[in-house]
Amino acid sequence: MTHDAHDHEEGATRRKVLECMTWAGTGVLWTLSGGIPRSTGLIGEAKAEDSKAFSFLQLSDSHIGFDKPANPNANGTLMEAIGKVNALPAKPSFMIHTGDISHLSKPAEFDTADQIIGQSRLDVHYVPGEHDVLDDDRKIYLDRYGKSAKGAGWYSFDAGGAHFIGLVNVVDLKGGGMGNLGADQLAWLQADLASRTASTPIVVFAHIPLWTIYADWGWGTQDSEQALGMLKKFGSVTVLNGHIHQVMQKVEGNVAFHTARSTAFPQPAPGTAPSPGPMKVEDAKLRTVLGIRQVNFVPGAERLAVIDTPLAG
Amino acid sequence: MNFAFNCARAALVAVSLVGASAAVKAADMPVSIDNFVFTPAETQITVGTTVVWTNNDDIPHTVVDADHKWKSSALDTGDKFSHTFTEPGTFDYFCSLHPHMMAKIIVK
Repeated sequence: MTHDAHDHEEGATRRKVLECMTWAGTGVLWTLSGGIPRSTGLIGEAKAEDSKAFSFLQLSDSHIGFDKPANPNANGTLMEAIGKVNALPAKPSFMIHTGDISHLSKPAEFDTADQIIGQSRLDVHYVPGEHDVLDDDRKIYLDRYGKSAKGAGWYSFDAGGAHFIGLVNVVDLKGGGMGNLGADQLAWLQADLASRTASTPIVVFAHIPLWTIYADWGWGTQDSEQALGMLKKFGSVTVLNGHIHQVMQKVEGNVAFHTARSTAFPQPAPGTAPSPGPMKVEDAKLRTVLGIRQVNFVPGAERLAVIDTPLAG
Repeated sequence: MNFAFNCARAALVAVSLVGASAAVKAADMPVSIDNFVFTPAETQITVGTTVVWTNNDDIPHTVVDADHKWKSSALDTGDKFSHTFTEPGTFDYFCSLHPHMMAKIIVK
């Protein structure tokens, strides 16, 4: 009990520190315990507390091939992101990439992305963004990243006691709609989850957010409610998305939603610009709005620490 | 003489008919894509008109018929796509990458 109280108090103090760090643009960390977010500190501290924690990384929206004013050198900023990965004090178990690897689905763009990301020497689990499946049959992406996946590239795997599910919500989009999972994928998800116990921590990752952030810009997934309904029985669900090129978080019941930064260019906060297109910021500021994400996971503790670190600042 | 005159007149009529048909053929109708919006959102044309879309955004877009009867490939910045409307009707279309982008062509 004393320990709990101490923990709680320390949590509050750390929360204050966290707020300051957020303002300073340094890095944000949340831990989740039964779906309730608590601040616990920055990377080093989380590691010290949970020496047996395994961690994985999330990269998103590399947009290799993009060369417009918002960032004429998307290759360079992805290299910097991988530099950050390689400089981590403890090697993560693997990486997920939540899509828009390429800008125009060109083989040369995927080649460059693979070459740069390969420098991390980590296994990478991909899901496609809409920029990765511009060819009609989505063959370029699937041949490269989806050989053992189902349908348009969805799959699941187990790691560190958690169940990871990569979903595809960027194909067969309907006019007037948002992201789309579709009946086939939902049926597969139901079957995939059927044999898992409620105490299994679940990590779902997909490109477009699985909760509606801003419908006017299509920032949501029209049939995500059905997927989230299937996840209700689980005590710890973490949803990791990209697409909107900025960090946003929401907790609903036992489900924590997080969107990640891009490694290529920022996009405006919902409704603050005429369109969700690439946002040009001062050159000196660019690396403060791009970044990587580390997720620390403690088996059995049902809490994940999500740490978003910008490339600089 | 008469024969030659008639022939010349027939040729003139033919030439003027060609001219008339060229004048009737409508000019291409431009639609621009700016800030994730098709402009104009509603375009009125006559049968036989070719609509030419141009993507002015830094992000690729597509132009896809709501009934999936025709569609463009991905249009990068500055790319164009043309489609000729040969039947009257109202044709809704959208961007399959950003499906909140919707517009229509009305053919009379």
